[in-house]
Amino acid sequence: MARRLPHKDVVIIGFGWTGSILANELTDEGLDVVAIERGPWRDTATDFPISYAQDELRYRIRHEMFLRNSQMSVTFRNNANQTALPVRTWGAFMLGNGVGGAGLHWNAEFWRFLPSDFTLKSHLTQRYGANFLPDDMTIQDWGITWNDIEPYYDQFEYLCGTSGTAGNLRGEIQDGGNPFEGARSRPYPTPAMKQGYGHTLFAEGARKLGYKPFPQPSGNLSHSYTNPLGVTLGQCTYCGFCEWFGCANYSKASPQTTILPVLMRKSNFEGRTDCEVTKINLDNTGKRATGVTFVDSSGEEFEQRADLVILCAFSLFNVQLLLLSGIGTPYDPQSGRGQIGRNFTHQTVAGGLGFFDKDKYNFNPFVSAGAIGMCIDEFNGDNFDHGPLGFVGGGYIGQVQTNGRPIETTAVPPDTPAWGSKWKQALKDNYLSTINVGAACHGSMYSYRDNYLSLDPTYKDRFGRPLVRITLDFHDNEIKMSNFLLEKYGEILQAMGAKQVVKHPRKPPYDVTAYQTSHLNGGAIMGDNPGNSALNRYLQSWDVPNLFVMGASAYPQNAGYNPTGTVGALAFWSAHAIRSQYLKNPGPLVHA
Amino acid sequence: MHRLTRRQLLGSSALALLLMSPVARAAVVKGGLPWKPGSADPPTAVTPGGWHYFTPQEAKTVEAFVDRLIPPDELSPGGKESGCAVFIDRQLAGPYGRLDGYYMSGPFQKGTKQQGPQSSVTPAQHYRKALAAFDSACREKFAGKAFVDLTDTQKDEAIKGLEDGSLKLAGTDAQDFFKLVLKNTQNGFLADPIYGGNKNMASWKMIGFPGAHYDYRNWIDRHNQRVKLAPVGISNHPDWTQ
Ligand SMILES: Cc1cc2nc3c(=O)[nH]c(=O)nc-3n(C[C@H](O)[C@H](O)[C@H](O)COP(=O)(O)OP(=O)(O)OC[C@H]3O[C@@H](n4cnc5c(N)ncnc54)[C@H](O)[C@@H]3O)c2cc1C
Repeated sequence: MARRLPHKDVVIIGFGWTGSILANELTDEGLDVVAIERGPWRDTATDFPISYAQDELRYRIRHEMFLRNSQMSVTFRNNANQTALPVRTWGAFMLGNGVGGAGLHWNAEFWRFLPSDFTLKSHLTQRYGANFLPDDMTIQDWGITWNDIEPYYDQFEYLCGTSGTAGNLRGEIQDGGNPFEGARSRPYPTPAMKQGYGHTLFAEGARKLGYKPFPQPSGNLSHSYTNPLGVTLGQCTYCGFCEWFGCANYSKASPQTTILPVLMRKSNFEGRTDCEVTKINLDNTGKRATGVTFVDSSGEEFEQRADLVILCAFSLFNVQLLLLSGIGTPYDPQSGRGQIGRNFTHQTVAGGLGFFDKDKYNFNPFVSAGAIGMCIDEFNGDNFDHGPLGFVGGGYIGQVQTNGRPIETTAVPPDTPAWGSKWKQALKDNYLSTINVGAACHGSMYSYRDNYLSLDPTYKDRFGRPLVRITLDFHDNEIKMSNFLLEKYGEILQAMGAKQVVKHPRKPPYDVTAYQTSHLNGGAIMGDNPGNSALNRYLQSWDVPNLFVMGASAYPQNAGYNPTGTVGALAFWSAHAIRSQYLKNPGPLVHA
Repeated sequence: MHRLTRRQLLGSSALALLLMSPVARAAVVKGGLPWKPGSADPPTAVTPGGWHYFTPQEAKTVEAFVDRLIPPDELSPGGKESGCAVFIDRQLAGPYGRLDGYYMSGPFQKGTKQQGPQSSVTPAQHYRKALAAFDSACREKFAGKAFVDLTDTQKDEAIKGLEDGSLKLAGTDAQDFFKLVLKNTQNGFLADPIYGGNKNMASWKMIGFPGAHYDYRNWIDRHNQRVKLAPVGISNHPDWTQ
């Protein structure tokens, strides 16, 4: 028998970005909250202090801070005719583990989606007609609108101190910002980051071609900042060891630098580390969660009962736990019925290299940050007319080079031998004068009937539970979109003065070894009725109303931006609904 | 639900992890930010001398190999002098060589390229087998001479044979082995010198990377100017206290 722990008001599964936000919001309400985290406690001074945080081999190449596949992995196949095989070491995306989650080692590229992204299906159908969309595309509206979510974007930005230049302040277009963004109620809390030479040159090139470049919004801070909780972040030092690393300077927004110093002092909060939740338990009606079962690092099993269960385990593991716990109906791609696992998406990223004359250009690529750079948004979402182009979706294009780390970032022209003196010469000749941006074209991935998550029939985790199985491939629409963006990016590199441009187009089939981004979405999506979604507009489970599911698993499809601005905004939006509505009258917040 | 047995928990590769690294202990954290002085976990600096994984014969082959992949020339010392063989040896003797942290449960089946590597063979095992096969293949091709006894031109020819798959290795794929050695060698050459390769920051000096400074606020808006800072590695960083 599992050892039963004293009852709590709230149990939170996963103590990353969303877990920290929800824990802080709900303890403010006076509730007794426990957060259960499968990884260790993580702390700046211990885990990534200034003396050795900047270790490319340890953190970037050997993945020291990430979830290890031996603890939990996934299986992957391109389509239902293949047998899925386990991902033995991560490639296409990285996953968080430990307090702070992926919020510890993210870049902190800090975006809002476009207003039309939230009503995508209606918007595109209205503008282009229903026949314009591919038959098997399963995009849909989110069940919320810009006006619902904008205040919570603002709240998350002010928690983090986000650096940026406003482009649309209460409906008025601002110089130097992104003119396509939705109307924001306030400017960014801190001014935009400084930009390096390569970033600045990109903006000049883009301007020459008639675009309106703006600085990428950043959770690496241009100035020190004290947030509304009273926690202070430091100024970014442009060290170039940001994403895939922890920040030793306290200048990258993370749960550690924005929430935990306050949350951890509250007497009505406790965290449990190195404890993995194996199941969400239901009562015999199947409509009410009684709490969770978890296993600690000695192998002992515990039961934590609670009135409210908040699932914050990151998209993939949210879906895995729902499936393992028998919550909702698993998605069946044949019939299109069932919601759990449906509309899984990633991103469609492309990039390339711009080689410049070494005698004229020195970019100092190592002077950089995780969320730096200049971008254009002319080709994102539906900011441009797709009619003549025959695809939907888009993405931002940017010179967002984050680093000059020698193992990762040294690039040589395509005709260079892979080794020997000529290779060395090419390395030397190009290191300082190459623009190398893997994710220069940060494209959307819309949802399709045959891209989904389910439980694997063969491969198990260390407790004997099925791994989650990814069935995913690129569709023509995404490839056309991505090639279109890459064409534009290439033109800008030429306009900057590159002597050689090498494009790396995204090619099907989807490859689980090739890093794109760590933005996995869908599988437990939000919507306006239980027939088209797992969650209602407040991220509350339609099936089990005392369960809320945070994170990008709620996205009906992915937009052409990084997801976490929206993940954080949705977490605050949901927390607000719990605080102002649910607690007063626990039960479904939307009646089906 | 019944209690999971220790055996179940330790099944598969979790066993190796738990036995070989300090066991993470479940903890309840509350009442403040837990922090213990001296709990930091800096990397252990590699000291050259002796071999931790390679046999002396294997070590000679690898030293000769890395010295062709990164030949000594006017740009920098070669792979051998820079410590790339020492780097590979220590990596193979450590967690990387055993694939600690990988998902290692079966069945092991061949999949598509897009599904990623599916081998149960660890890098340490791979080197052992392939180095022996490589020596035999060289002896066959070059009149009984081992790789280390070849001229530079012949060595390059042998390596090219691995690279393009024309030199077959008994029981193992030549091109896979070439890719593994190349990746490990370049990683060692370009990584922080604390891991045994990139001695004296040879590669960083060659390309113009100033190393682990961690603060370039003075340089971010000095566009198109060469950063004039002496390179530093982790262990000669001013904050290093080991
Ligand atoms: C390298 C990298 C770069 C990124 N860069 C960006 C960026 O620039 N911009 C952007 O918008 N986004 C970025 N992201 C994504 C961003 O980090 C995530 O969107 C964000 O952290 C998601 O928050 P979350 O709370 O859903 O998940 P996480 O923050 O990952 O938290 C989930 C937590 O749940 C825990 N957990 C999971 N399962 C269990 C279980 N069964 N029991 C107990 N605990 C469990 C995990 O260990 C983890 O700590 C990046 C991610 C990575 C990995």
